[in-house]
Amino acid sequence: MIDISFSFNLLTDLQMMWQYDFMQHAFEAGTIIAIIAGIVGYFVVLRRSSFAAHALSHIGFAGAAGAVLFGVDPIIGLLLFTSGGGITIALLGRRAAARDVQIGTVLAFMLGLGVLFISLYSGYATEAYSILFGEILGISSSDVLVTLIASLVILLLTAVVYRPLLFASLDEDVAEAKGLPTLFLGVVFMLLVAVATSISVQVVGILLIFALMVTPAAIAQRLAKRPVHGIMISIVIALFATWIGLFVSFYEPYPVSFFITSIVFVLYVLTLIFQRVNTYLSTRKMQFHNHDG
Amino acid sequence: MTKTLPPIITAENLTVGYEDNTVWQDANFTIEHGEFVAIIGPNGSGKTTLFRLLLGLQQPVQGTIKVFDARPKRGNEHIGYIPQRHVIDEETTLESLELVRLGFSGNKWGLNPFSKDDRNAAFKALKSVGAEELAHRSLGGLSGGELQRVFLAEALVSEPHLLLLDEPLSNLDIRREQELVQVIHNVVRERDVTALLIAHNINPLLPVLDKVIYIANGKVAIGKPDEVLTSESLSALYGIQVEVLRGSLGQIAVIGTEENQHHYD
Repeated sequence: MIDISFSFNLLTDLQMMWQYDFMQHAFEAGTIIAIIAGIVGYFVVLRRSSFAAHALSHIGFAGAAGAVLFGVDPIIGLLLFTSGGGITIALLGRRAAARDVQIGTVLAFMLGLGVLFISLYSGYATEAYSILFGEILGISSSDVLVTLIASLVILLLTAVVYRPLLFASLDEDVAEAKGLPTLFLGVVFMLLVAVATSISVQVVGILLIFALMVTPAAIAQRLAKRPVHGIMISIVIALFATWIGLFVSFYEPYPVSFFITSIVFVLYVLTLIFQRVNTYLSTRKMQFHNHDG
Repeated sequence: MTKTLPPIITAENLTVGYEDNTVWQDANFTIEHGEFVAIIGPNGSGKTTLFRLLLGLQQPVQGTIKVFDARPKRGNEHIGYIPQRHVIDEETTLESLELVRLGFSGNKWGLNPFSKDDRNAAFKALKSVGAEELAHRSLGGLSGGELQRVFLAEALVSEPHLLLLDEPLSNLDIRREQELVQVIHNVVRERDVTALLIAHNINPLLPVLDKVIYIANGKVAIGKPDEVLTSESLSALYGIQVEVLRGSLGQIAVIGTEENQHHYD
C-alpha cells in the first residue's frame, strides 16, 4: 500500500497523513465519535446497561446487513433497527437490564438474521467484515457529515435531559416520586445509545463497540467522584485511543480497531492494578496508624 | 401564636388497595403541622401504600386523602421522600454531594453550568444532618447509617414541609438507630417540618413521637403512643387478644401477634 515511514516529528507526520483524504475523514469522524461514545457510554455504565447496549449493536447488525442487501446505506438500517430495539428494551422497564436471557435470545436471532442477509447479498464479503469490525479508513466526506449531524442531535438531547437522566439513573425511586417521567427518560436514553452505536460502528464495528462505548466510561467511573469529571475522563480516553489507533495504523498494516481495543484494554487493566495497589497501601497505612494509637 | 395551621394530611373514609384487594379500609385521621408520626404494623399491612398515596403514585379506592389541603399529585416539591430498600449501586464512586445536589436540581431540564445554587444547598443540607464530612466520600463506601444521613439530606435539600421516611432504621444497629432518630428529631423540630416514618420497631422512636399510626388487619388506628399502644386498642385492631408489655425504661413489646417473632433481630 502506502510506503511512508515514521519521522519522529509529530507535526510533519500529521501533515503527511492529512494529505490523504481518507486519513482526514478518519480523524474527523473518529474525533466526533469518540466524544459521543464517551458521553453516552458514561450513562450506559452508570445505568448498568452495557449488556443492553451490546445487544443493540447486534440488532443493528441485522439492520445494516439488510440495508446492504437492499442497496441502502447501512447507516439507515443501523439507525432503524437500533432505535426500534432500543425503544422496545426501554419499554420493558428498568429491570430490563436484568433480563439477560430475553435480550440475549433476541440478539442471537438478530445476528442470525444478519448472517442470512449477508449470504443473500451477492456482493463482497468485505461489506460484512466492515460492519462487524469497522472500517474507519473507508469513511467518505458525506459519512463525516452524517456523523456530525447525528452527533449534534445527541449532544443537544443529552444537554436537555442531563440532570433528570442522571437522577433517574442514580436514584430511580426518588426521581419518580419527584415527578420525573422515568420510563420516558429510559426511552430517550436508549435512543441516545441507538444513535451513538450506529455511528460508532463505522470506527470499531458491531463486535467491538464495547471498546468505545463501555471501556472508557468504565475506567472513568472508577476514577471520578463527579459525573462531569467522569464524562470528561471517558471522552479523553476514547479520543486518546482513537487518535493513537489511527496514527499507528497509518504505519502498520493492522486494523485500526485492533489498536483502539488494545489501548482501552491496557488502560482498563492499568486502572485496576493502580486501584488495587492504592487500596492495599491505604489499608496498610491505616493498620500502621492503628498500631500506633 | 394562637393561629392554628390547617392539618398537613387529612384522610376521610379512606380505603386503599388494588382491584378487588383492599389493603386497609375506612381510615379517618389527620396529621397536624410539625408532628413526628411513626407508622408501624406487620409486613404487608399497607404502610408503604400510604406513602404511595401521598406521593400521588397510587389512587385511593374510596374516600379522600388530602395533603396540604389538596389532592396528592406526583412531583410535589413540598414532600421529601426516602424510599424503602433505597438502593444505591455499591460500586459507585460518585460522592454524596452529587446525590444530594440531584435532590435539589435533578428534576430540572436543560443545563445550568454556571449556577452554584445546587452545590450550596446540598452542602447546607448535609450540614443540617451532621454529614458535611461525608460530602466528598464515595456513596459506595458509606456505612448503612452514613447512607441514611445522606438520603435524609437528599430529601431535605429542596426544603420540604413534609418528610416521608420508609424504614430508614432497618439494618442499623441499636446505637446508629438512636443516633439517626435523634438527627431526624432535630430536623423536624428545627425546620418545623412534619415527618412520617415507617418503622418495624417502635422503641427507639418512643421518646420523640407525637403520634403513632398502627396499621394491621386491614384497619388503621391513630393516636398518641400511650393511647394506641395498649392491650385494649391493639386487641381491637387485630381482632384477637394481644398484650402490650412495658419494660422498665418504657420500651414496649407486643405479644400475641405474628410479628413479635421479628423483635429478636
